[in-house]
Amino acid sequence: MTNKTACIQVQRLSVKRGKSLVLQDIDCELAPGRIVGLLGPSGSGKSTLLRSIVGNQITAGGTVTVLGQPAGHKSLRHRVGYMTQAASVYDDLTVQQNVAYFAKVLGLPDAEATRVIEATDLQDQAKRLVLDLSGGQRNRVSLAIALLGSPDIVILDEPTVGLDPVLRAELWALFAKLAKTGICLLVSSHVMDEAMRCDEMLLLRNGKLLAQLSPGELLRRTGASDPEDAFLRLIASGGLGSAPPRDPSTARHRAEGEGS
Amino acid sequence: MKRTAATAARVLTQIRHDPRTIALMLVVPSLLIGLMAWIFTDTEVFQRIGPAMIALFPFVVMFLVTSIATLRERRSGTLERLLSMPLAKGEFIFGYALAFTLVAVLQTVIAVSFALLVLGLQISGSLVLLFSVAALDALLGTSLGLMASAFARTEFQVVQFMPLLIFPQFLLSGLILPREQLPGTLEVIGDWLPLSHAIDALGDVAAGTEDSGTWASLLVIGAWILGALLVGSLTLRRRTP
Ligand SMILES: Nc1ncnc2c1ncn2[C@@H]1O[C@H](COP(=O)(O)OP(=O)(O)OP(=O)(O)O)[C@@H](O)[C@H]1O
Ligand SMILES: [Mg+2]
Repeated sequence: MTNKTACIQVQRLSVKRGKSLVLQDIDCELAPGRIVGLLGPSGSGKSTLLRSIVGNQITAGGTVTVLGQPAGHKSLRHRVGYMTQAASVYDDLTVQQNVAYFAKVLGLPDAEATRVIEATDLQDQAKRLVLDLSGGQRNRVSLAIALLGSPDIVILDEPTVGLDPVLRAELWALFAKLAKTGICLLVSSHVMDEAMRCDEMLLLRNGKLLAQLSPGELLRRTGASDPEDAFLRLIASGGLGSAPPRDPSTARHRAEGEGS
Repeated sequence: MKRTAATAARVLTQIRHDPRTIALMLVVPSLLIGLMAWIFTDTEVFQRIGPAMIALFPFVVMFLVTSIATLRERRSGTLERLLSMPLAKGEFIFGYALAFTLVAVLQTVIAVSFALLVLGLQISGSLVLLFSVAALDALLGTSLGLMASAFARTEFQVVQFMPLLIFPQFLLSGLILPREQLPGTLEVIGDWLPLSHAIDALGDVAAGTEDSGTWASLLVIGAWILGALLVGSLTLRRRTP
């Protein structure tokens, strides 16, 4: 069952937040060297799953193993880069000061701060206060910090929110480059067309994992022409049934019939 | 140790980007002590209350600054990020303590210089001891602020902890009514509160009557700091619901 090459293994993970079960029996294994997209509607539990993998989330059951260690283990703190959904940076510091501080916490030289600032294309803003940046620029500061020290696992919670198409494409190119170096990259998004840029996707809905598959496979199995439509069909059919439904309306009909 | 220093430097840099706060922190204590001196012109009262004011400021100001700063860290996600990195909780806490103690000492230097040179306050005892008490006071404010931030979800709430944690200490410290004249229970409580000891110790320093009681006061303050830091560090959780 346990796969030696997997960098992240999630087994029967359940998480309760407040009174509700926001993740239910999640099982998945992620291999290094590829971009894994975590996709699902707002509130489906994407951030909660990422937090569980980083080890910041109190879980209700199941296990999460990262690089052979339980999630959040001390030895992982140098090896996992995590970008939270809201840019976790200091507004009253400059970009350079933010990145340099986190670099010091990680025990890295200043040159490393310069490197990630360049990788996220923030050289021109380096001396400006984060408070005075645009939303997309703030997010990139947060991303830069997640890339410090070239971690083996990079977990990004909606890194491309608020970015223009050009920058979005550039970042995805950066992700692809990172993945090629053999690291494990897990990126959440609720924009389905970003799914096509992933090597593999985890589809989440209402705290349940609907499917783990490649974008091509998703299109093939649902018979849809674009990922947005494919996802809708998948939701309507309540998972990956045997025969792909031709048309969403009949699928919805069928799901209702089965649901009761 | 390096991370503690980096954290302290980072906190100080944040403050440096906010000149108005710096100005307020450094100037307000002197202004208020000046006002006191003016109110009690030609009486002996200022000689008694002046040193107490010097004890009060680092405590109150550092309480407010720390509680709001750490609440912001908790809410903005920076704390979560830091705790997922190899930063020990102690390094985080002492980074804050170091930064704010430095600010408090600077604040005290200015307030004391003003009180001595302009207002004619007499300090007969050791200035080193005076600054040590001020630094301890600041640490006390920092540690209580850290603790309070864990029990608040908004800035509004955290500010309300000030009257809750600080006013009673002020009322029972003996400044309003000497502690011996308080009702029995209140006297006992007052005798154990840290601010009472800070005010007593500074009174001793001002009068030049430092004795073993002064050192006992410092010990009591130290014990409160340790206790508050302990509770504060328990509230820094790597895993949250
Ligand atoms: N601190 C919290 N306390 C209680 N419930 C929470 C908390 N945070 C999130 N939830 C709930 O948990 C569920 C999953 O939230 P989560 O943030 O993981 O969703 P998400 O998929 O990341 O959504 P989005 O795309 O909007 O970021 C939601 O129903 C949310 O209301
Ligand atoms: Mg989210």
